[in-house]
Amino acid sequence: MTALVQLDRVSLRYDGQAALNGVCLIVEPGRIVTVIGPNGAGKSTLIKVALGLVRPDSGSVIRRPGLVVGYVPQKLAVPSSFPLSVRRFLAMAAPAGDWQGALDRVSAGHVLARQVSQLSGGELQRVMLARALLRQPDLLVLDEPVGGVDMAGQAEIYDLIAQEARQSQRGVLLVSHDLHVVMAATDEVVCLNGHVCCAGHPETVSQHPEYLALFGPRVAASLAVYTHVHDHAHRADGSVEHVHGPNCHHGQDCNHG
Amino acid sequence: MDEFLTRAVLAGMGLALAAGPFGCFVVWRRMAYFGDTLAHSALLGVVLGLLAGIDPSLGILAFALVLALLLAWGQGQKRLASDTLLGIVSHAALACGLVALSLLDTIRVNLMGWLMGDILAVGWFDVAVIWGGGAVALLALWRLWPTLLALSVDEDLAAAEGHNVARARLGLMLLVALVVAAAMKVVGVLLVTSLLVIPAAAARALSRTPEQMALWASAIGMAAVVSGLGGSWRFDTPAGPSVVVAAVLLFGLAQLNRR
Repeated sequence: MTALVQLDRVSLRYDGQAALNGVCLIVEPGRIVTVIGPNGAGKSTLIKVALGLVRPDSGSVIRRPGLVVGYVPQKLAVPSSFPLSVRRFLAMAAPAGDWQGALDRVSAGHVLARQVSQLSGGELQRVMLARALLRQPDLLVLDEPVGGVDMAGQAEIYDLIAQEARQSQRGVLLVSHDLHVVMAATDEVVCLNGHVCCAGHPETVSQHPEYLALFGPRVAASLAVYTHVHDHAHRADGSVEHVHGPNCHHGQDCNHG
Repeated sequence: MDEFLTRAVLAGMGLALAAGPFGCFVVWRRMAYFGDTLAHSALLGVVLGLLAGIDPSLGILAFALVLALLLAWGQGQKRLASDTLLGIVSHAALACGLVALSLLDTIRVNLMGWLMGDILAVGWFDVAVIWGGGAVALLALWRLWPTLLALSVDEDLAAAEGHNVARARLGLMLLVALVVAAAMKVVGVLLVTSLLVIPAAAARALSRTPEQMALWASAIGMAAVVSGLGGSWRFDTPAGPSVVVAAVLLFGLAQLNRR
């Protein structure tokens, strides 16, 4: 088995509410899997299950033995009472790493001597990515890694992540709440809303005129629009309603998702 | 210098030395209320110790450790916020302790001594227990240090990177319980957490690394003990509160260094 992490029919309930429902997911070396979905879709929960931080109610989670994980959480709140320099923060993950080089790669070379609690949101995000990469991980787990990062910086970071996956054969599990913008280099997009709505290959590069106009051709080239047709809709309570599209193979009275 | 004063200074300094690094974690991980809860349980520990026929200090220690275990377990459930749970346990323990003390009609207990501390009454045995226990606690902290630092940054991140989060968290809670129980004799139920929180908070203004902050917290705590007891001797003020006042003055002084 080459999978770094494999989730099979994972279900989890919080206070009687289904957070995850029969979710399957595989991340292999060198592959980028992007999970998208609206707020409350269970994206962060899915990541915590994949990392082994939360145990699912049912289903199995298999991580390759000896797997080294580089994790970038959605938020990091280092209290200002905690005197911690960026240098030390990086050293905690990689005692003998090239800290300055790692920061330079995420365009944050100037913050090495700063205190972590004084970084801006975007700077902290870059530092966390640098720290995750310093661990030379087999699997990179990124929970909205570009939150607080400016638009040009986002494209840069996505490029770096793609490069890490391809050149160093790291598996990448990435979460984004942005339904429209996902990485061009993504191998598989998983659309999550409690359950897996749909999964598949995204269109690689968008030539959509609106994106070209908005970001300029260089940035737009590293962004892609993932378009997909749902064969079901979600009612307000989150339950699934079948929608009979043009390619529907279901019968007229089917009621599953 | 009288011998009882020597003992008081030695006991206070040993305690401050150990309390410094633990106080840093109390500040970083917002455990002040946890410390208060353990302190408030001390009276109940005294009563249980007397009923069991053991030394009250041992009763305090045993009860504090059991309570720390219960609270560690209770934090796993998500029904009540952590500070609500502590608020209930803290005052329940204090009230039960006061009620239980009043029911002990055959034994006289120096209530003020336990509430305010009685550092001038410590014996050589107490001094030995504080230095020995402090050394053991600091040694255990040394072993857990890298994991506890990672934990103070982010628990999920620490767990994802392979740190044994559950063990370190429980270890810290038990060690803080140990320090609180040891501090009871010196500053008493009401002032115990001040010896953890104030030196560490003062040390923050002087430190750029976690280790610096731990060392400064110990140094400031020891300075507070010496100057507090000196002031208490000179002005005939109660010893425990005088130490805390000295710590607060040092905290104010440290703020002048804030860049």
